[in-house]
Amino acid sequence: MSVATAFERARAEGRAALVGYLPAGFPDVEFSIEAIRCMVDSGCDVIEVGLPYSDPVMDGPTIQAAAQQALEGGTRTTDVLRTVEAVAATGTPTVVMTYWNPVERYGVDRFAADLASAGGAGLITPDLTPDSAAGWTAAADVHDLDKIFLVAPSSTDARIAMTTAACRGFVYATAVMGVTGARASSSDLAGPLVARTRATTDLPVCVGLGVSHGDQAAEVAAFADGVIVGSAFVRTLLDHADDRAAGLSALAGLTADLADGVRRG
Amino acid sequence: MTSTYDADLLGYFGASGGQQWGGRFMPEALVAALDELTEAWRDAMADPSFVAEFEAILVDYAGTPSRLYHAERLSRRVGARILLKREDLNHTGAHKIRNVLGQALLTRRMGKTRVIAETGAGQHGVASATAAAYFGMDCTVYMGAVDTRRQALNVARMHLLGAKVVPVESGSATLKDAINEALRDWVASVDHTAYLFGTAAGPHPFPSMVRDFCRGIGDEARAQCLEQYGVLPDAVAACVGGGSNAIGLFTAFLDDEGVAIHGFEPGGEGVDTPRHAATIHAGASGVLHGARTYVLQDEDGQTIESHSISAGLDYPGVGPQHAHLSAIGRATYTPVTDAEAMEAMALLSRTEGIIPAIESAHALAGALRVAERLGQEKGPEATVLVNLSGRGDKDMGTAIEYFGLGDPDRVTAEPVGEVPGDTTGAGEGSGAGEQL
Repeated sequence: MSVATAFERARAEGRAALVGYLPAGFPDVEFSIEAIRCMVDSGCDVIEVGLPYSDPVMDGPTIQAAAQQALEGGTRTTDVLRTVEAVAATGTPTVVMTYWNPVERYGVDRFAADLASAGGAGLITPDLTPDSAAGWTAAADVHDLDKIFLVAPSSTDARIAMTTAACRGFVYATAVMGVTGARASSSDLAGPLVARTRATTDLPVCVGLGVSHGDQAAEVAAFADGVIVGSAFVRTLLDHADDRAAGLSALAGLTADLADGVRRG
Repeated sequence: MTSTYDADLLGYFGASGGQQWGGRFMPEALVAALDELTEAWRDAMADPSFVAEFEAILVDYAGTPSRLYHAERLSRRVGARILLKREDLNHTGAHKIRNVLGQALLTRRMGKTRVIAETGAGQHGVASATAAAYFGMDCTVYMGAVDTRRQALNVARMHLLGAKVVPVESGSATLKDAINEALRDWVASVDHTAYLFGTAAGPHPFPSMVRDFCRGIGDEARAQCLEQYGVLPDAVAACVGGGSNAIGLFTAFLDDEGVAIHGFEPGGEGVDTPRHAATIHAGASGVLHGARTYVLQDEDGQTIESHSISAGLDYPGVGPQHAHLSAIGRATYTPVTDAEAMEAMALLSRTEGIIPAIESAHALAGALRVAERLGQEKGPEATVLVNLSGRGDKDMGTAIEYFGLGDPDRVTAEPVGEVPGDTTGAGEGSGAGEQL
């Protein structure tokens, strides 16, 4: 299953899609599944399941803390696939976001096969660009998986064209030059980047990095096909570490606010 | 200057066949900067005025060429000629000044005004702060919080040189996490900031560029050996953490088929224990900090924390060109334990009056094994050239703890004197060396 169905539905409704991220195994595997299902029920159109990694160079302190907690809790690659299976069963397209080494270690083809059989839609690869991704591209094509690569404000037009040509599912536009994490105001780099990306592809272009509430989501939804939110969800769970019921309730509230935002944009 | 051992245009070593090492596994946001750096580096290395200015700074400021010194007492002890490339005598006390001066000069040429660096024990941080002071640049050094506490003196040095030191609390709060944090800074600051990478690892072009800036070690040593002894060495030896001093030495000898090349990895408490950093010996192929190389990792590809008594070798990855040289059999990489390195540190101190860095003591310990074998095969003319990459002043805290130095009772009761087995000394096998 590709994420394409989710974007087609959002487009038919005349709105942007809400893409929600949470790392598997944070704070533990079962609760992360419960939390992600809550995000699905409250309005996420696409789910990114994060694979916790020991050296997350693109992540800010919030997601680093969650990944570290997941790893200290013993989360394995197989737990990530189990999480994907549980989330995909809801019918919501589910992709994995992962740094490259865990996939290479698992075996690129084996990972693609197991991800596909878990019902996963594809992979977002923050530290793998298409020019280094021959092995992954071949495996993804064999197993009919989405390949979601990133474009950045610093990307040249030629690299954007090369990247979008290699993508399937959607294109991930990093709106700021910096690591993940909620930011008070959206970046003025996002709009021009989306425009430059759109010039090269018909794929949906989603914007990530920094969105934390409905008004920001509405701002981004005005010019993007999807709004990606990660750190704000993680932060919500971190803030309610002692009371899981309250955490889920806050997560539902945040998701609803963001889902409302993408409908206002 | 190009050789069959060089990386291809995408930074892959071994691209002509077999396993490929290196490359660039990095966020797209940094690719433009890495492309810009690659172009600037290639352009600079082809520009005689850049090369001449780099040479002049190395000579006038860093004190190169470093001497090639015949360690005669040590040589008699092992029965082969031991030559020490005295990088410990360079300004700031190690080979690392070559790398940072090269990268900082390139930074100035690229019109950038701020440099960042990671550091483990603080040596690369001090070198970076030194180069930044020399060129009048802003400097921020990322250092694991654990290391800032262990290496307070180097933190103070960096402060005195005008650098900002940021303790890194994330992950294991050591060198690999300092690299992560420096990369995070760079993603956000790349338009005006250069990342002075501290070793011949990381994404292309760093492994090749750092090698180019360090290769003077081997170029000088090869010429000095020919001039002083009329022969090439039978073997060369260096310690390998990330591997900048080693690749700096090895490069000049790669095409000399008769010269055996030995890298010595930090074996920590033993490669049969979890506490070591012998990446090539015990690691598996993977991707860390932007390069495909040997990585200490668990079965899920999570990086395993490394251990070495020498902070400068305490890294769970290794430069990709070393991975390639090992895979094709041009160089041999062997572990040396903490204990063997500390014994070699004491031995060189006593026999030659040279206190080496514990990093360099790994090279020496391994080289002595090679020398004893070569001496038996070829006689005392057998020559082993060792890169003494740094001086040991920074390691005195570790040495005090390890050897129990500084206790006045100990000094009076057990004066540090004769070396066991030194044929110029009292005789064989007194066993005193075991009590160091």
